[in-house]
Amino acid sequence: MKALFYPGCAMQRNARAYLDSLLAIRADIDLELEEVADWNCCGATEYMSVHRVPAHALIGRNLALAQRQAADTKLLTAGCSACYLNLAKTDTQMREDRKLEVTVNEALAAGDLHYDAGSLQVRHLLDVVCHDIGYAAVKEKVVKPLYGLKVAAYYGCQVVRPDYDDRWDSHEHPTAMDRLLAALGAEPVDWALKTQCCGGHMTVIGPDVAYGLIRRLVHGAAEAGADLVATLCPMCQLNLDAYQVEMNRHFHADYHLPVLYFTQLMGLAFGHKPADLGIGKEFVDAAPALAKIQVEAPPEAKAKRKRRHRPEDGLPMPRME
Amino acid sequence: MADNTQQERVGVYVCHCGSNIAGVVDVQSVARFAAEDLKGRGVVVARDYTFMCSVTGQELIEQDIREQGLTRVVVAACSPHLHEGTFRGACGRAGLNPYLAEMASIREHVAWVHTDKAVATAKAKAIVNGAVERVLRNEPLEAIRVPIEAGTLVVGGGIAGLQTALEIAEAGYPVHLVEREPSIGGHMAQFDKTFPTLDCAACILTPKMAAAGSHPHIQLHTWSEVEKVEGYVGNYTVTVKKKPRYVLEDVCTGCGICIEKCPVLVVDEAHDAGIGYRKAIYTPFAQAVPNIPVLDPDTCTYYVGGKGGCRACEKFCPTEPNSIVFDQQEERITLRVGNIVLATGWDLFDARRIHQYGYGRLANVFTNLELERMCNAAGPTGGKVVLRDGQTAPARVGIVHCVGSRDRNYNNWCSSICCMQSVKLAHLVKERTGAEVFNFYIDMRTPAKDYDEFYQRVLDEGVHFIRGKVAEVSDVPRGPDEQGPLFVQVEDTLAGLQRRIPVDMVVLSAGLEPRRDSKAVGKTFGIACSTNGWFIEKHAKLDPIATMTEGVFVAGCAQGPKDIPASVAQGAAAAARVLSYIRQGELALEPVRASVNEAQCSGCRLCNGLCPFNAISFIEERRVTEINAALCQGCGTCVAACPAGAISGSGFSNEQLLAQIEGLLLDVARVPEPA
Repeated sequence: MKALFYPGCAMQRNARAYLDSLLAIRADIDLELEEVADWNCCGATEYMSVHRVPAHALIGRNLALAQRQAADTKLLTAGCSACYLNLAKTDTQMREDRKLEVTVNEALAAGDLHYDAGSLQVRHLLDVVCHDIGYAAVKEKVVKPLYGLKVAAYYGCQVVRPDYDDRWDSHEHPTAMDRLLAALGAEPVDWALKTQCCGGHMTVIGPDVAYGLIRRLVHGAAEAGADLVATLCPMCQLNLDAYQVEMNRHFHADYHLPVLYFTQLMGLAFGHKPADLGIGKEFVDAAPALAKIQVEAPPEAKAKRKRRHRPEDGLPMPRME
Repeated sequence: MADNTQQERVGVYVCHCGSNIAGVVDVQSVARFAAEDLKGRGVVVARDYTFMCSVTGQELIEQDIREQGLTRVVVAACSPHLHEGTFRGACGRAGLNPYLAEMASIREHVAWVHTDKAVATAKAKAIVNGAVERVLRNEPLEAIRVPIEAGTLVVGGGIAGLQTALEIAEAGYPVHLVEREPSIGGHMAQFDKTFPTLDCAACILTPKMAAAGSHPHIQLHTWSEVEKVEGYVGNYTVTVKKKPRYVLEDVCTGCGICIEKCPVLVVDEAHDAGIGYRKAIYTPFAQAVPNIPVLDPDTCTYYVGGKGGCRACEKFCPTEPNSIVFDQQEERITLRVGNIVLATGWDLFDARRIHQYGYGRLANVFTNLELERMCNAAGPTGGKVVLRDGQTAPARVGIVHCVGSRDRNYNNWCSSICCMQSVKLAHLVKERTGAEVFNFYIDMRTPAKDYDEFYQRVLDEGVHFIRGKVAEVSDVPRGPDEQGPLFVQVEDTLAGLQRRIPVDMVVLSAGLEPRRDSKAVGKTFGIACSTNGWFIEKHAKLDPIATMTEGVFVAGCAQGPKDIPASVAQGAAAAARVLSYIRQGELALEPVRASVNEAQCSGCRLCNGLCPFNAISFIEERRVTEINAALCQGCGTCVAACPAGAISGSGFSNEQLLAQIEGLLLDVARVPEPA
């Protein structure tokens, strides 16, 4: 399948591993990516709340460029949470607010551009992989299953919320990436902080706040038994990985929890060389965790019995199917 | 269209409805229009009056019928839903067939939806004109009279259904009480105390259960479900499926030896809300009515164990013949009843749907129903409030209100009882454990008698109330210093603060939902559900007991969330309505009915599935469709759908409707063609 691709600035620099791994696996999952030519900054998280209309115009330019380029696909995808959310937000708000659509297009007209709100489908990369390409197609390409690797799927706050097009199963406790990891042979761990904030740019503005949030996430994933965290966002990866050392220093803690992109794990399972997937560029070394990958498939969990038995002590827990 | 309407004498009455109509419509002008412009259509008198529905207003009509010899009457006022009966009555008293009166709705259809007086007045004239054209073609009709069967079917043995059954039985008429569960009692039997008086639920419920169980006029059908309903008001034939109990009801003495000897212990998902246990053969609780156990074939070793199972219940059963019958089959019984009361109750909102509250994930997050069972002395913990470990009393407890209610992500409605229930649970927890209790509420809703006093009392007892919707319940501390084990994250909207309250136990006050199968049940009984799934009453304010299907009534939470006093009141009210039908002996039904012209019917069966009242059946031998006049409610759906025009309605014939439409188009026709 073909999609227009908005890489965003992070993928060019700190999240190069995300881009490299995506480019490495695109043939495996039959995803043809066409980069939006001459794209510009998405405005990141802050600009929208500072200057609303110029921020929409800034994003609108990317949408207009993509629309002009959209010959054989209407699908526009981004790997970064903030890029995705900004593109989707402008598209949605222009669709719902006629006045905004007119204003943004007046601004775009200066550059001989125009965007018809709703003419593109703006979707996050994980959404495309999980819901369009599908788990079955992914599973088919797995040659080195990630058996024995326990992974905490971390979605961050911006992809599953506000979920303009009703793409996700839950906004608080999504499972799409968990299922993808399971398709790769890995074991997703159940943890409570899947959609909690990574701190965003607070690492720069108010590091103490960010360190607290980072510790909570790293601790939560480690507590749940994860060998590593899988992420879908350059910001989340940067905060949990690059600032893990700072956080350890700040709290006199000693966490070593590597953070990889889900595309890197897909690449490993598809048999690509770690170096081609940008593995080794992370601050917290992923090699010890990846060494845990086993050759043998873990024994199948026994099918749950219909009847619940009396626990050793205490009251029974609610049934969870 | 043959016009044989010339000889009629029509009276038109335009109501002011105070300023409701007269404030927007020039009523004098409408009356003048009728008197002058419609003179040629037989209008001999046209008047306007402040309140046509008043006695004086009605007398105006009666007097004109007598003195001016009116043969048709049009009242331009409110919707026929409100006063059609009133004006038909006036005509009847003056000797005119009541169905020769017609209402023109110039309040709901004109005054209440327009602001421009000139336009509204023009529209009112058009509507009056339409009504005159229609009434000219009305036929005198006679009400259909049907006898009423004295028996009543009550579906659901909770507190509402019990009340209905007892009231009707006390009046001396037979009642069939059908209950899906093994015992009557409903949700109320699960509770410990009831707000605001803290009466023991069992103490006030079990006398009613016992009375229903032994009443000579009440026949209980527990562990049974209604499968099919045929017929019409006064004359229903109901098929009830009796699920196999594997125990002979008329032989079993309820001694309980089989339960004692049964070696299979399973989690009781029903009565004990999933935190207690029962045997594979069980009665749900000690005071169950009837006190006859049910064998659960999904867990009994006879069915799932292979090799014929242990059969201990059969071996130890002391009755002769043996009460245990392993190969009992389900049975179907047919009941004939005149009226039906649906009191099918509610289901608890599934708190697992709100992941961030952790129910099912975090051991010490409980639902209100689990806590009710814990508080109950006959419950799984013998009345002790403890954590999931079964032993430790909590020192700090958070109670979250509005779980799944008043939330556009889940259910929009207020479940109406949760505030008071949460206050009651806070009191019970504090009384039993001395714990510090926090209630997290959006708004406190304590509107009924003595409710707010109870809330004040619990406030005085030192329970904390924090106004704010809980964001999440988490077991993840922010840092090593934070002591949980659980945290309730909430915005305190009174203090304007984010709060993070550490607690040992969280109780989710899950809301009330319609029964999961309420839409299917509504279809069985020919009544409608709101989009949410609550049964729709006939009128939200003036008739919250009847439904649009004659002879089918609703009571209790099946109609919408309500507390015990309201359920009891509605149950009793349903009984009063049923009794008044039974006492009348026979019923006059609206003669506005559809009928099929067999010569024109092609047997296409298009109309068969459309009837919301199951009144249409297909006669195979003659290959034509037939409409049961007593079942038909005159909605007109089939009339509109029939491609052959074979279905016509008395009181709404095609001729009448076309004439009315032509009449409505009068003013449009007068507009000159653009040049």
